[in-house]
Amino acid sequence: MPDTDWPDVQVHVVSGKGGTGKSTVAASLALALASRGKTVLLCEVEGRQGIAQLFDVAPLPYEERRIARGPDGEGEVYALAIDPEAALLEYLAMYYRLGRAGKLLDRFGVVEFATTIAPGVRDVLLTGKVYEAANRNSRNKGAREYDAIVLDAPPTGRITQFLNVNDELAGLAKVGPIRSQADAITRLLRSRRTAVHLVTVLEEMPVQETADAVKELRAAKLPVGGVVVNLRRPQDLDPTDRERLEAGLGAGERTRLSTALERAGVRHSPTLVETLVDEGRDHAERRDLEDAQDSLVAGIGVPTYSLPSLPGGTDLTGLYELAGVLRDQGMC
Amino acid sequence: MAAQDRGHARVGPLAARSRTAPALDVDALLDDPDRRIIVCCGAGGVGKTTTSAAIALRAAERGRKVVVLTIDPARRLAQSMGIAKLDNTPRPVPGVAPGAGGSLDAMMLDMKRTFDEVVESQASPEKAAQILANPFYIAVSSSFAGTQEYMAMEKLGQLDRQARESGQYDLIVVDTPPSRSALDFLDAPERLSSFLDGKFMRLLLAPARGPAKLMTTGFGLVTGTMAKIIGAQVLTDMKTFVTAFDTLFGGFRARAQRTFELLQARGTAFLVVAAPEPDAMREAAYFVERLSGESMPLAGLVVNRASTTPAGDLSAEAALAGVERLAASDDADDRLAAGLLRLHADRVRVVERQTRLRGRFATAHPDVATAVLPALAGDVHDLDGLRRIGELLADQD
Repeated sequence: MPDTDWPDVQVHVVSGKGGTGKSTVAASLALALASRGKTVLLCEVEGRQGIAQLFDVAPLPYEERRIARGPDGEGEVYALAIDPEAALLEYLAMYYRLGRAGKLLDRFGVVEFATTIAPGVRDVLLTGKVYEAANRNSRNKGAREYDAIVLDAPPTGRITQFLNVNDELAGLAKVGPIRSQADAITRLLRSRRTAVHLVTVLEEMPVQETADAVKELRAAKLPVGGVVVNLRRPQDLDPTDRERLEAGLGAGERTRLSTALERAGVRHSPTLVETLVDEGRDHAERRDLEDAQDSLVAGIGVPTYSLPSLPGGTDLTGLYELAGVLRDQGMC
Repeated sequence: MAAQDRGHARVGPLAARSRTAPALDVDALLDDPDRRIIVCCGAGGVGKTTTSAAIALRAAERGRKVVVLTIDPARRLAQSMGIAKLDNTPRPVPGVAPGAGGSLDAMMLDMKRTFDEVVESQASPEKAAQILANPFYIAVSSSFAGTQEYMAMEKLGQLDRQARESGQYDLIVVDTPPSRSALDFLDAPERLSSFLDGKFMRLLLAPARGPAKLMTTGFGLVTGTMAKIIGAQVLTDMKTFVTAFDTLFGGFRARAQRTFELLQARGTAFLVVAAPEPDAMREAAYFVERLSGESMPLAGLVVNRASTTPAGDLSAEAALAGVERLAASDDADDRLAAGLLRLHADRVRVVERQTRLRGRFATAHPDVATAVLPALAGDVHDLDGLRRIGELLADQD
């Protein structure tokens, strides 16, 4: 088995600015890990049913369901949409054996309060479920054990706050069981068993946010993983051609391009040549901007991975394709 | 606005053929003097902030007196609009063309400060100080997931009152927070105020007011359990907070209700912003249906970052067949031609996919006027860039 960049990591947290495709990357990473023969749990926490949409299955209940096998049929991917209310009731049942009081908490609106209003509690519950899945023990008899967990986490703007459950509760719960639960979660999330990967596209704002998030995560002592550059433009033109296109093709060059199109058997017209040249110049300009952002990403100083933009969009086949790319680049 | 009266409920796939949406007339929207509020909403990462700023600038340069409330603008855009400092007060944007007699002020929402101001305006100074220092209040006001949405609405209400009293503004453009879901913007205030009115609050207040006989064994059991789980200290903080806040709840609920009514008013228009990607279009569809369900006035859909159909009539398949034929050649012109043909094939496929997505939306929501914005090569971070977007939005032929 070739080396991976994250041999000790069991919990892969995937975040990214809205619109960068973090859910797609999380799903692809889960498939890539499964292709190594691992049993993987892919979790989402934002109630969007993004996993179900990506894998084209019915909306997921609060239950671990197998949704895919690795490409070689060996590993498996299970999925779980973590719902804070269900997680709270499960947690109470598991640790407190509350019986009647559990139902009462629900009736008195305490569950709703805890999961929607009480600051920090929602995040403790969501990360707490990930913690539970990563540390299956005697409390949860017969539960499946996972080699790896991939968490499709909240976006970069909120990721540090989300994972830093300790600080969130700090001003609030100084002692008590919820406090010790938060401490245990924090120990896992700050350990070498965890890596927080950030997804970006090569545009100014997402790259800036990624760099900011890396700083914030480090300040919070959370382990930064890799940066995944998603939706990268195709690298179809070499630098010489890009320069030629940006300088503007002369009449002679256009004629030679027409002749080449003829050799390609393409029915061409002056309009088509014009379109192709415009598309090429546009592409070259964007590539310049991307290159500038690319070097900023490199300057962040963490391993980077790069996924192509799939012109047909990301369907299930596309996910397997992206999984292969991540694996080949050593992300798992 | 006939379209907004007909509603925008989803139409079944058999009810209409795939079609193109009617074009959104942005200038008519901006020039309508009865239009006092424009709310831009949509999923995160679709360009809401830039769209709001571009619309506000265009309205100002067409003669409206505009204030734009942004939530989290890109640093350089904020700098160029003169709002790099977060101080919760509208500031004039430098560089707006004054020819048509309009003006543009901009501000960035400071959520915690807005919350503090509401508390200060509702409570006596001593009580306000007590609330502001409570650990539970500090946590709710700075980190509760719905606070930003709630405070954006609160600020909108304040700006509207200010505009009506002073006549300083005749149009307010609002950007909405980058929520998990676009619907959070509409749901959060309701959630917060239903919590404030809920059983749980009565539970916490029970010992402080209400006769002892109401303290059923249920109450005791629940508070006991909570103390066990979250710790007695937290429960005490919460009780102190709730007791101090008790008299303010009515005011909060009334304010949330007024802002909700403001959003339903005739002078308001919603613009749903999306990108031509499945997630963003699905969010846009939910939002359009929800607005219709709440009788909120929808002006239309803005689809950002769309790829446009290239001229020259060459299909992706034909282009890729050409690439195949050139594959063996190492002639420089052939390599350039092959590269350009591959790029072209990709673009045609992207356009096809986006057209399918937009067609699906238009079939299900045939009344929703739409403006499509071509993808720009670079990021927008100055007024010229915003102006250009405004022009593209208005020019939908």
